Amino acid sequence: MDSVYRALADIVGEDYVSEQTEELFTYSKDLGTSEPRWPEYVAAPKTADEVSRIVEMANEQKLAVVPLGGGMSLAGLALALRGGITLDLKRMDQILELNEQGRYMVVEAGVSHGKVTSYLHKNAPHLMHSEPGAPPAATIGGNLAIHGQGDLAHPYGFNSDMINGLEVVLPTGEICRMGSCALGNQWYTLRPLPDLSLFMGWSGCTGIITKVSLRLFPCKKIQEQDVFVVENENLVPEILFKLTHVGMAEDLVVVSQEIPPPFNRLHYILINLAGDSREELEFKRQLIFDQNLAKYIQEGTGGIGAAGQDIERPVVSKTSDWRKGGGFEYVGAIVPVGFYPEGFRLGVEISARHEIPYTVLGRVVGCGHSMMFSWTYAFNRADNDTVSHARQALHETDERVLEMGGTLWKPAVFGQKLVMDRMDANTREMMKKVKTLLDPNGIMNPGNWEVA
Amino acid sequence: MALAQYKYMDIIHRCFRCGYCKFPQDWADVDNCPAYARHRLESYSNGGRLWLIRAWVTGEIQWSPHLADIVYSCVACKNCEEKCPLSFSDEIINMVVAARNEMVELGLLPPPVKDYLKNVQLHGNPYGLGAKKRGDWAGDLSVEPYADQEYCYFTGSEGAYDTRAQQAARSVAQVLQSAGVSFGVLGNEETDDGNEVDLMGEDGLFELLAEKNIATFKRRGVKKIITLSPHSFNVIKNKYPQQGADVEVYHYTQILADLIGQGRLRAPRLDGACITFHDPCFLGRWNNEYKAPRKVLKAVAGARIAEMQRSGKSALCCGGGAGNYYTDLLGASPDSPARIRVRQARETGADILAVACPNCLTMLEDAVKVEGLESEMAVRDISELFALSAQ
Repeated sequence: MDSVYRALADIVGEDYVSEQTEELFTYSKDLGTSEPRWPEYVAAPKTADEVSRIVEMANEQKLAVVPLGGGMSLAGLALALRGGITLDLKRMDQILELNEQGRYMVVEAGVSHGKVTSYLHKNAPHLMHSEPGAPPAATIGGNLAIHGQGDLAHPYGFNSDMINGLEVVLPTGEICRMGSCALGNQWYTLRPLPDLSLFMGWSGCTGIITKVSLRLFPCKKIQEQDVFVVENENLVPEILFKLTHVGMAEDLVVVSQEIPPPFNRLHYILINLAGDSREELEFKRQLIFDQNLAKYIQEGTGGIGAAGQDIERPVVSKTSDWRKGGGFEYVGAIVPVGFYPEGFRLGVEISARHEIPYTVLGRVVGCGHSMMFSWTYAFNRADNDTVSHARQALHETDERVLEMGGTLWKPAVFGQKLVMDRMDANTREMMKKVKTLLDPNGIMNPGNWEVA
Repeated sequence: MALAQYKYMDIIHRCFRCGYCKFPQDWADVDNCPAYARHRLESYSNGGRLWLIRAWVTGEIQWSPHLADIVYSCVACKNCEEKCPLSFSDEIINMVVAARNEMVELGLLPPPVKDYLKNVQLHGNPYGLGAKKRGDWAGDLSVEPYADQEYCYFTGSEGAYDTRAQQAARSVAQVLQSAGVSFGVLGNEETDDGNEVDLMGEDGLFELLAEKNIATFKRRGVKKIITLSPHSFNVIKNKYPQQGADVEVYHYTQILADLIGQGRLRAPRLDGACITFHDPCFLGRWNNEYKAPRKVLKAVAGARIAEMQRSGKSALCCGGGAGNYYTDLLGASPDSPARIRVRQARETGADILAVACPNCLTMLEDAVKVEGLESEMAVRDISELFALSAQ
């Protein structure tokens, strides 16, 4: 038994550390197309103090530390690219405080989105948080580390905009707090302190998020989904502009997919509405359809696909079974809303070339300021050729997105390098300085966001 | 070395490992898979387990004692099958059992699993106790041998040999007697029901056990069976017909619920008691029977029934399924499912944790002791509550 294993066992307990092949194998793979990368140890800490002690030990040993939440990024962002210790943070799953009047809750970062939703449903049904379009096992901390977004993105932006404070274990082991919680024990705001948002979007390269003050928003009594359908992709941006002007939707998503065939080449604009009464909902629906979208209906270029549907949690995992193969990965890009037509055509073209049924999706983030656009490529985990095709399609999409002026969201290492190659030189140099300052031994999730 | 004969090679790669399998129905937490709750490492979730099995089958990793422990740590509670959104969800347990079939074939079993199977093979029960003692549970109860009564009362190995479960076996008999139910027992002619043997992957031994019990049923003219254990109920109902059985089978709570409906059973009075009920997996998720035990408990006069947050399809398994009540691959921790479950039960304020399964009875009663809750909460088989008024 080596000293690192012994040290980890002393910190987290024998039951929650492993250096055995079975655990290392399991954590060597994520759900996407990334090649396996084996950690040397896996540990599941329960507290920020345990995380801190592990990070201090890893610094002494010059050993990589890779934080892992739900492992849903698909892009290999929590694979141990340089070996070391994979920290499974899902035992840090406590809901610490609910402040109803202040509309926030303080949670440990390893708590799942499913647990938060369930907790609010039982304890504060008039409040909600933004669930990402991911399985409910996705964690709050992991989602922030990749700049996630989900429902409520239209009114409130990225999930990383929806926080009031953070607790983070720095790469040197100090436990540090951001926001009003740094002044005491109140978690109500990040501002107006100097901006130290160094931890979101870095995929754990600058520290490990351990606690979060999560903003909550009004959860109206009635939720529904309406659908507007158009055939011409060029109409989508102007329709989204009209919809964001009305400002009534809690989520605005456009989907087009080859399967099932009736959906092929059509664009489904999903409009999530909420109201505390039927009258409120009807008012919103009238504003949207009777006033803002009536033109398209009269012209025959658009139509109401559905109205008043229940909103169900998206079962994203089903995408993995489209080819009876257990796998999919997507390129996510943050792009202007006007990018939609070109992005759609790109998805159709690349998918066809790799013999993968196309699936594209765009979610409005903020009041039309940007859009998360995704190109999904399914593969058969048991068929290496299909995995290679999907991986190649992902890489081609990464390159084309940047050529078209988009930015990549939670890119894999391949995409990260493309981004940094194109990045303003001074910005890239600042990234390097920040990383070096925070993580002098380069132990935090090395291999990701490495400035050459 | 790849295992070419693995039965589910065409679908096992389709698990996405998305984690739905860990949740209860209301998404309250990721710890509703007993093995994952105990270990909290992805290798013990059913997604992790399926990926490991596939890697073993394809030769990507080699067998090890640790791999065998992981594969055998699944208690077959079916929580994963309830929550998995994919079309192959009802094959998840089968995929795990098929891996166990391979391990049995190759003789690569965890030692306690090997002991379990050896004991059943040699003695007809997992405890390694004499087959001739199988009928001793009845003691001085005047339980008749099965002749031509309406029902055959099948106690199963736990009811026959485990000292705590024997009390439940006796209670059921007393309650049936008090209600005037016509029943008899097979005594030493009964043998292990094979439910756990089947789930442990020992196909051949399961077939022998089933054939032996079925032959006894036929020889003695058994047409209707009442079981103490939901495990016996499950295997006789769902597996024995494939081996040629032609019997009706009921769990004893179904009979009791019927007797209450007919006014034939006198309910006990437990003034001020607060009872919570733990759904056994092999009655609930395996056979969709959630109502009968509740109907019986509701008849208890003066008591309040408090449901746990996780009940019915969301019930957390006690951790005793698929032989784990014996092999104990999930024990020895505050995170063992039985200990988590008794804490969940205590959260309701109940002073009686009612069960309807001899495995749950022993698992949860032991957990109550380890949790230091003996003075606050008693674990009782439903039959035991009714036996009070039957005496």
